[in-house]
Amino acid sequence: MLTGLNDNELISKVLSGDQQAYAGLVNRYQNYVFTLALRFTKNREDAEEVSQDIFIKAYRALADFRGASKFSTWLYTIVNTTCITFLRKKRLEVHSLDNEKVFEVADNQDSGMRANMVEQKSRLAMVNNAIKLLSTDDAEVITLFYKGEQTLEEIAQILGIEANTVKVRLHRARTRLKEKMETHFAQEVKDL
Amino acid sequence: MNKDEMNSPFGAGDEQRLWDYIDGFSSPNEKTVIEQLLDGKSEWKAKYQELLEIQQLLESSELEAPSMRFTKNVMEEIAKLHIAPATKNYINKRIIWGIAGFFITLIVGFLVYGFAQVDWTVQGDSKLPVDFTKVDLSKMFNNDWVNAFMMINVILGLFLLDRFLANKRKKFTEES
Repeated sequence: MLTGLNDNELISKVLSGDQQAYAGLVNRYQNYVFTLALRFTKNREDAEEVSQDIFIKAYRALADFRGASKFSTWLYTIVNTTCITFLRKKRLEVHSLDNEKVFEVADNQDSGMRANMVEQKSRLAMVNNAIKLLSTDDAEVITLFYKGEQTLEEIAQILGIEANTVKVRLHRARTRLKEKMETHFAQEVKDL
Repeated sequence: MNKDEMNSPFGAGDEQRLWDYIDGFSSPNEKTVIEQLLDGKSEWKAKYQELLEIQQLLESSELEAPSMRFTKNVMEEIAKLHIAPATKNYINKRIIWGIAGFFITLIVGFLVYGFAQVDWTVQGDSKLPVDFTKVDLSKMFNNDWVNAFMMINVILGLFLLDRFLANKRKKFTEES
Protein backbone atom coordinates (compact mmCIF):
# COMPACT_ATOMS: atom_id res chain seq x y z
CA MET A 1 0.00 0.00 0.00
CA LEU A 2 2.85 2.36 0.92
CA THR A 3 4.76 1.68 -2.29
CA GLY A 4 2.17 3.58 -4.35
CA LEU A 5 2.76 6.81 -2.44
CA ASN A 6 5.44 9.32 -3.36
CA ASP A 7 8.03 10.60 -0.87
CA ASN A 8 6.12 13.71 0.13
CA GLU A 9 2.91 11.77 0.72
CA LEU A 10 4.77 9.29 2.91
CA ILE A 11 6.40 12.13 4.85
CA SER A 12 3.02 13.79 5.41
CA LYS A 13 1.66 10.50 6.76
CA VAL A 14 4.62 10.10 9.13
CA LEU A 15 4.32 13.68 10.34
CA SER A 16 0.65 13.22 11.00
CA GLY A 17 1.43 10.31 13.31
CA ASP A 18 1.51 7.23 11.09
CA GLN A 19 4.93 5.95 12.13
CA GLN A 20 4.61 2.81 9.98
CA ALA A 21 4.62 4.96 6.82
CA TYR A 22 8.31 5.59 7.51
CA ALA A 23 8.98 1.95 6.58
CA GLY A 24 8.03 2.93 3.01
CA LEU A 25 10.83 5.52 2.93
CA VAL A 26 13.31 3.12 4.54
CA ASN A 27 12.49 0.41 2.00
CA ARG A 28 12.80 2.87 -0.87
CA TYR A 29 16.16 4.35 0.11
CA GLN A 30 17.93 1.69 2.16
CA ASN A 31 20.04 0.42 -0.75
CA TYR A 32 21.10 3.93 -1.78
CA VAL A 33 21.97 4.90 1.78
CA PHE A 34 23.72 1.61 2.51
CA THR A 35 25.79 1.81 -0.70
CA LEU A 36 26.87 5.36 0.09
CA ALA A 37 27.72 4.44 3.68
CA LEU A 38 29.72 1.48 2.41
CA ARG A 39 31.79 3.82 0.22
CA PHE A 40 32.91 5.51 3.44
CA THR A 41 33.18 2.68 5.93
CA LYS A 42 34.53 0.03 3.53
CA ASN A 43 32.93 -2.72 5.58
CA ARG A 44 29.36 -3.99 5.69
CA GLU A 45 28.89 -4.14 9.48
CA ASP A 46 29.83 -0.50 9.97
CA ALA A 47 27.85 0.53 6.90
CA GLU A 48 24.74 -1.16 8.28
CA GLU A 49 25.17 0.52 11.67
CA VAL A 50 25.76 3.93 10.09
CA SER A 51 22.80 3.49 7.70
CA GLN A 52 20.53 2.66 10.61
CA ASP A 53 21.78 5.73 12.43
CA ILE A 54 21.10 7.85 9.31
CA PHE A 55 17.47 6.70 9.06
CA ILE A 56 16.95 7.34 12.78
CA LYS A 57 18.43 10.85 12.47
CA ALA A 58 16.29 11.52 9.39
CA TYR A 59 13.19 10.39 11.29
CA ARG A 60 13.96 12.64 14.25
CA ALA A 61 14.56 15.62 11.95
CA LEU A 62 11.72 14.90 9.53
CA ALA A 63 9.77 17.98 10.65
CA ASP A 64 12.66 20.08 9.35
CA PHE A 65 12.28 18.73 5.82
CA ARG A 66 10.39 21.54 4.09
CA GLY A 67 10.25 20.05 0.61
CA ALA A 68 12.54 22.73 -0.85
CA SER A 69 14.66 19.93 -2.32
CA LYS A 70 14.03 16.28 -3.10
CA PHE A 71 13.77 14.04 -0.04
CA SER A 72 16.68 11.99 -1.40
CA THR A 73 18.91 15.11 -1.59
CA TRP A 74 18.02 15.97 2.00
CA LEU A 75 18.62 12.36 3.10
CA TYR A 76 22.01 12.16 1.32
CA THR A 77 23.09 15.33 3.12
CA ILE A 78 22.49 13.45 6.37
CA VAL A 79 24.40 10.46 4.91
CA ASN A 80 27.35 12.69 4.09
CA THR A 81 27.57 14.37 7.50
CA THR A 82 26.94 11.17 9.46
CA CYS A 83 29.58 9.23 7.52
CA ILE A 84 32.16 11.99 7.96
CA THR A 85 31.43 12.08 11.70
CA PHE A 86 31.70 8.29 11.82
CA LEU A 87 35.10 8.37 10.12
CA ARG A 88 36.31 11.07 12.49
CA LYS A 89 35.17 9.05 15.47
CA LYS A 90 36.91 5.98 14.19
CA ARG A 91 39.95 8.13 13.47
CA LEU A 92 40.17 6.75 10.01
CA GLU A 93 41.79 8.82 7.35
CA VAL A 94 39.58 10.04 4.57
CA HIS A 95 41.95 8.94 1.87
CA SER A 96 42.95 11.04 -1.05
CA LEU A 97 44.12 9.28 -4.16
CA ASP A 98 47.23 11.45 -4.14
CA ASN A 99 48.16 9.71 -0.93
CA GLU A 100 50.45 6.73 -1.42
CA LYS A 101 48.74 4.86 1.40
CA VAL A 102 45.65 4.56 -0.73
CA PHE A 103 47.50 2.55 -3.27
CA GLU A 104 48.62 0.19 -0.54
CA VAL A 105 45.06 -0.13 0.73
CA ALA A 106 43.82 -0.56 -2.81
CA ASP A 107 46.34 -3.29 -3.47
CA ASN A 108 45.41 -5.10 -0.26
CA GLN A 109 41.73 -4.84 -1.08
CA ASP A 110 42.46 -5.91 -4.61
CA SER A 111 44.02 -9.22 -3.54
CA GLY A 112 40.87 -10.03 -1.55
CA MET A 113 38.61 -8.95 -4.35
CA ARG A 114 40.38 -10.99 -6.98
CA ALA A 115 39.23 -14.17 -5.24
CA ASN A 116 35.76 -12.77 -5.22
CA MET A 117 36.02 -11.90 -8.90
CA VAL A 118 36.57 -15.53 -9.82
CA GLU A 119 33.10 -16.23 -8.48
CA GLN A 120 31.39 -13.14 -9.85
CA LYS A 121 32.92 -12.75 -13.24
CA SER A 122 30.46 -10.21 -14.39
CA ARG A 123 31.05 -6.74 -15.78
CA LEU A 124 28.93 -5.24 -13.04
CA ALA A 125 30.87 -6.88 -10.24
CA MET A 126 34.05 -5.59 -11.84
CA VAL A 127 32.75 -2.00 -11.82
CA ASN A 128 31.57 -2.30 -8.22
CA ASN A 129 34.91 -3.68 -7.13
CA ALA A 130 36.77 -0.96 -9.04
CA ILE A 131 34.63 1.69 -7.29
CA LYS A 132 35.60 0.16 -3.94
CA LEU A 133 39.23 0.83 -4.82
CA LEU A 134 38.58 4.55 -5.24
CA SER A 135 38.99 7.14 -2.51
CA THR A 136 35.89 7.98 -0.46
CA ASP A 137 35.40 11.31 -2.25
CA ASP A 138 35.61 9.79 -5.71
CA ALA A 139 33.40 6.81 -4.88
CA GLU A 140 30.81 9.09 -3.26
CA VAL A 141 30.52 11.48 -6.20
CA ILE A 142 30.25 8.61 -8.70
CA THR A 143 27.60 6.85 -6.60
CA LEU A 144 25.56 10.02 -6.13
CA PHE A 145 25.67 10.86 -9.83
CA TYR A 146 25.01 7.42 -11.29
CA LYS A 147 23.03 5.63 -8.60
CA GLY A 148 21.67 8.37 -6.36
CA GLU A 149 19.75 10.04 -9.19
CA GLN A 150 21.14 13.45 -8.24
CA THR A 151 21.96 16.35 -10.55
CA LEU A 152 25.24 18.28 -10.29
CA GLU A 153 23.46 21.04 -8.38
CA GLU A 154 21.92 18.56 -5.95
CA ILE A 155 25.28 16.86 -5.38
CA ALA A 156 26.78 20.30 -4.79
CA GLN A 157 24.10 20.93 -2.15
CA ILE A 158 24.78 17.56 -0.48
CA LEU A 159 28.54 18.03 -0.37
CA GLY A 160 28.41 21.75 0.34
CA ILE A 161 30.53 22.69 -2.66
CA GLU A 162 30.05 24.46 -6.01
CA ALA A 163 28.40 22.63 -8.92
CA ASN A 164 31.48 23.31 -11.07
CA THR A 165 33.67 21.66 -8.45
CA VAL A 166 31.37 18.62 -8.53
CA LYS A 167 31.82 18.46 -12.30
CA VAL A 168 35.62 18.55 -11.95
CA ARG A 169 35.50 15.92 -9.18
CA LEU A 170 33.25 13.70 -11.26
CA HIS A 171 35.60 13.92 -14.21
CA ARG A 172 38.62 13.08 -12.05
CA ALA A 173 36.76 10.23 -10.36
CA ARG A 174 35.88 8.65 -13.71
CA THR A 175 39.44 9.03 -14.94
CA ARG A 176 40.72 7.33 -11.80
CA LEU A 177 38.10 4.61 -12.09
CA LYS A 178 39.24 3.92 -15.63
CA GLU A 179 42.85 3.72 -14.42
CA LYS A 180 41.83 1.34 -11.64
CA MET A 181 39.98 -0.91 -14.05
CA GLU A 182 42.95 -0.97 -16.42
CA THR A 183 45.47 -1.61 -13.62
CA HIS A 184 43.62 -4.07 -11.42
CA PHE A 185 41.17 -5.69 -13.79
CA ALA A 186 43.13 -5.61 -17.05
CA GLN A 187 41.94 -9.04 -18.19
CA GLU A 188 38.29 -8.28 -17.44
CA VAL A 189 38.55 -4.95 -19.29
CA LYS A 190 39.98 -6.79 -22.31
CA ASP A 191 37.07 -9.24 -22.21
CA LEU A 192 34.51 -6.43 -22.33
CA MET B 1 34.79 24.67 -35.87
CA ASN B 2 38.17 25.97 -37.02
CA LYS B 3 40.78 24.06 -39.04
CA ASP B 4 43.27 23.98 -36.15
CA GLU B 5 40.81 22.06 -34.04
CA MET B 6 40.25 19.55 -36.81
CA ASN B 7 44.01 18.96 -37.17
CA SER B 8 45.02 19.02 -33.50
CA PRO B 9 45.59 15.70 -31.67
CA PHE B 10 43.24 14.52 -28.90
CA GLY B 11 44.28 16.35 -25.70
CA ALA B 12 43.62 15.91 -22.00
CA GLY B 13 40.98 18.66 -21.98
CA ASP B 14 39.16 16.96 -24.84
CA GLU B 15 38.25 14.05 -22.62
CA GLN B 16 36.41 16.45 -20.29
CA ARG B 17 34.62 17.88 -23.36
CA LEU B 18 33.57 14.39 -24.39
CA TRP B 19 32.31 13.61 -20.88
CA ASP B 20 30.29 16.85 -20.91
CA TYR B 21 28.85 15.80 -24.28
CA ILE B 22 27.94 12.34 -22.95
CA ASP B 23 26.45 13.80 -19.74
CA GLY B 24 24.45 16.34 -21.75
CA PHE B 25 26.21 19.36 -20.23
CA SER B 26 27.57 20.75 -23.52
CA SER B 27 26.15 23.95 -25.00
CA PRO B 28 24.36 23.58 -28.36
CA ASN B 29 27.39 25.09 -30.17
CA GLU B 30 29.84 22.79 -28.41
CA LYS B 31 27.56 19.85 -29.16
CA THR B 32 27.70 20.62 -32.89
CA VAL B 33 31.50 20.95 -32.79
CA ILE B 34 31.89 17.62 -31.00
CA GLU B 35 29.52 15.87 -33.40
CA GLN B 36 31.65 17.15 -36.30
CA LEU B 37 34.83 15.94 -34.57
CA LEU B 38 33.26 12.54 -33.96
CA ASP B 39 32.29 12.30 -37.63
CA GLY B 40 35.65 13.48 -38.93
CA LYS B 41 38.24 12.09 -36.53
CA SER B 42 38.69 8.42 -35.78
CA GLU B 43 40.70 9.22 -32.64
CA TRP B 44 37.72 11.11 -31.19
CA LYS B 45 35.32 8.37 -32.20
CA ALA B 46 37.45 5.67 -30.54
CA LYS B 47 37.71 7.71 -27.33
CA TYR B 48 33.98 8.40 -27.41
CA GLN B 49 33.23 4.67 -27.66
CA GLU B 50 35.60 3.98 -24.76
CA LEU B 51 33.96 6.60 -22.53
CA LEU B 52 30.50 5.48 -23.56
CA GLU B 53 31.40 1.95 -22.45
CA ILE B 54 32.44 3.25 -19.01
CA GLN B 55 29.27 5.34 -18.84
CA GLN B 56 27.11 2.30 -19.55
CA LEU B 57 29.00 0.21 -17.00
CA LEU B 58 28.51 2.87 -14.35
CA GLU B 59 24.84 3.28 -15.14
CA SER B 60 24.25 -0.44 -14.88
CA SER B 61 26.35 -0.93 -11.72
CA GLU B 62 24.41 -2.42 -8.82
CA LEU B 63 23.55 -0.98 -5.45
CA GLU B 64 24.61 -2.88 -2.35
CA ALA B 65 21.82 -4.14 -0.12
CA PRO B 66 21.83 -4.23 3.69
CA SER B 67 20.62 -7.24 5.69
CA MET B 68 17.04 -8.48 5.36
CA ARG B 69 16.22 -7.24 8.86
CA PHE B 70 17.33 -3.69 8.14
CA THR B 71 13.90 -2.03 7.86
CA LYS B 72 12.66 -3.96 10.89
CA ASN B 73 15.66 -2.82 12.94
CA VAL B 74 15.11 0.82 11.99
CA MET B 75 11.39 0.63 12.75
CA GLU B 76 12.10 -0.95 16.15
CA GLU B 77 14.48 1.87 16.98
CA ILE B 78 12.18 4.67 15.90
CA ALA B 79 9.28 3.15 17.82
CA LYS B 80 11.01 4.47 20.95
CA LEU B 81 11.45 7.95 19.51
CA HIS B 82 9.41 11.02 18.69
CA ILE B 83 9.91 13.39 15.79
CA ALA B 84 11.67 16.52 17.03
CA PRO B 85 9.72 19.75 16.50
CA ALA B 86 10.80 21.76 13.44
CA THR B 87 13.71 24.04 14.22
CA LYS B 88 11.84 27.10 12.95
CA ASN B 89 9.16 26.50 15.57
CA TYR B 90 11.43 26.76 18.57
CA ILE B 91 14.00 29.25 17.32
CA ASN B 92 12.31 32.57 17.86
CA LYS B 93 13.49 35.17 15.35
CA ARG B 94 12.72 37.94 17.80
CA ILE B 95 15.37 36.54 20.18
CA ILE B 96 17.98 36.57 17.40
CA TRP B 97 17.03 40.14 16.46
CA GLY B 98 17.13 41.06 20.14
CA ILE B 99 20.71 39.76 20.52
CA ALA B 100 21.76 41.56 17.31
CA GLY B 101 20.09 44.76 18.59
CA PHE B 102 21.91 44.51 21.93
CA PHE B 103 25.33 44.30 20.29
CA ILE B 104 24.57 47.05 17.77
CA THR B 105 23.40 49.32 20.62
CA LEU B 106 26.56 48.47 22.58
CA ILE B 107 28.82 49.39 19.65
CA VAL B 108 26.90 52.59 18.89
CA GLY B 109 27.00 53.47 22.61
CA PHE B 110 30.79 53.05 22.75
CA LEU B 111 31.22 55.17 19.64
CA VAL B 112 28.97 57.96 20.97
CA TYR B 113 30.80 57.89 24.31
CA GLY B 114 34.19 57.96 22.54
CA PHE B 115 33.25 60.93 20.39
CA ALA B 116 31.77 62.73 23.39
CA GLN B 117 35.17 62.51 25.12
CA VAL B 118 36.98 64.27 22.28
CA ASP B 119 37.85 67.89 22.91
CA TRP B 120 36.76 69.45 19.61
CA THR B 121 37.93 72.94 20.65
CA VAL B 122 41.62 72.04 20.38
CA GLN B 123 43.13 73.82 17.36
CA GLY B 124 45.20 71.95 14.82
CA ASP B 125 48.07 74.43 14.81
CA SER B 126 48.51 74.55 18.58
CA LYS B 127 51.06 72.50 20.42
CA LEU B 128 50.09 68.96 21.24
CA PRO B 129 49.14 68.54 24.92
CA VAL B 130 51.12 65.31 25.10
CA ASP B 131 54.88 64.96 24.99
CA PHE B 132 55.31 61.76 22.98
CA THR B 133 58.91 61.34 24.03
CA LYS B 134 57.74 60.77 27.62
CA VAL B 135 55.02 58.30 26.81
CA ASP B 136 55.66 54.91 28.41
CA LEU B 137 54.24 52.39 25.90
CA SER B 138 54.92 49.40 28.17
CA LYS B 139 52.26 50.69 30.60
CA MET B 140 49.69 50.89 27.83
CA PHE B 141 50.40 47.41 26.51
CA ASN B 142 50.17 45.85 29.94
CA ASN B 143 46.61 47.01 30.23
CA ASP B 144 44.06 44.18 30.07
CA TRP B 145 41.79 46.21 27.83
CA VAL B 146 44.57 46.73 25.30
CA ASN B 147 45.38 43.03 25.36
CA ALA B 148 41.74 42.19 24.74
CA PHE B 149 41.62 44.72 21.91
CA MET B 150 44.75 43.21 20.35
CA MET B 151 43.25 39.72 20.68
CA ILE B 152 40.09 40.83 18.85
CA ASN B 153 42.24 42.35 16.13
CA VAL B 154 44.23 39.15 15.76
CA ILE B 155 41.00 37.15 15.46
CA LEU B 156 39.65 39.60 12.88
CA GLY B 157 42.98 39.36 11.02
CA LEU B 158 42.76 35.55 10.96
CA PHE B 159 39.16 35.79 9.80
CA LEU B 160 40.19 38.06 6.92
CA LEU B 161 43.08 35.73 6.04
CA ASP B 162 40.66 32.81 5.98
CA ARG B 163 38.31 34.74 3.65
CA PHE B 164 41.25 35.63 1.41
CA LEU B 165 42.45 32.00 1.21
CA ALA B 166 38.88 30.74 0.63
CA ASN B 167 38.52 33.15 -2.30
CA LYS B 168 41.85 32.01 -3.74
CA ARG B 169 40.79 28.37 -3.42
CA LYS B 170 37.46 29.14 -5.09
CA LYS B 171 39.22 30.86 -8.00
CA PHE B 172 41.68 27.98 -8.33
CA THR B 173 38.84 25.43 -8.40
CA GLU B 174 36.94 27.42 -11.01
CA GLU B 175 40.05 27.70 -13.17
CA SER B 176 40.82 24.00 -12.88
